Amino acid sequence: MLGIAINIVYLMLSLALLFAFIRLTRGPSLADRVVALELIASVVVGYVGVHAIDTGVSSFLDVAIVISLTAFLAAIGFARFLERGGVKDE
Amino acid sequence: MSEIFVSILLLAGASFMVLAAIGIVRLPDLPTRMHASTKAGAMGAILTMAGVALHFSDSAVAARAIAFIVFILLTAPIAAHVIGRAGYFTGITLWSGTTKDELRERYDPDSHKLSSGLENKTERAVSSRDENASD
Repeated sequence: MLGIAINIVYLMLSLALLFAFIRLTRGPSLADRVVALELIASVVVGYVGVHAIDTGVSSFLDVAIVISLTAFLAAIGFARFLERGGVKDE
Repeated sequence: MSEIFVSILLLAGASFMVLAAIGIVRLPDLPTRMHASTKAGAMGAILTMAGVALHFSDSAVAARAIAFIVFILLTAPIAAHVIGRAGYFTGITLWSGTTKDELRERYDPDSHKLSSGLENKTERAVSSRDENASD
């Protein structure tokens, strides 16, 4: 039961990763790409959580926390870069 | 029994993630894409972590999962706000069907000044006085 659900969840998360990657490559502005990167980080956190259940190693939760923290800092940094006169796409 | 609950939580979280990804591909401009990705993505991560906490049923793991959920709830709105603000300031084009953009007439992108409605009222009074004087 749980094994089947975990396989389906892996498949769905791969699909979400693919869609976010499409937006990452196509996104017309840099801000769109930053939004796609944030979603990719969120999906990877989901992967790590499911993998922790799959393998039974609870230490993967720390990995998820660190990924989420770095994604937040990257989003803040990108936003500062955009506002302080980075790439202008008007 | 707990396996069923864990499966339901994981499937719900993954569904939210897929919905966020579909929204980020299909929606027309930056604010609507952020509306899809930040809220649904955070909800997906929260449900997945709830599933992890339920599966291990260990107080240390549950404490870490709850700390993670609180962290997501604190940081996701801040990141969305900051990216949306930066995107608006760099001059993204809004969707052609946008009906309301309150910043457009109130905000001056060169001086970064946001005017309130009260200043407009005094300006209007001054301009009407000028019209009266010209009459």
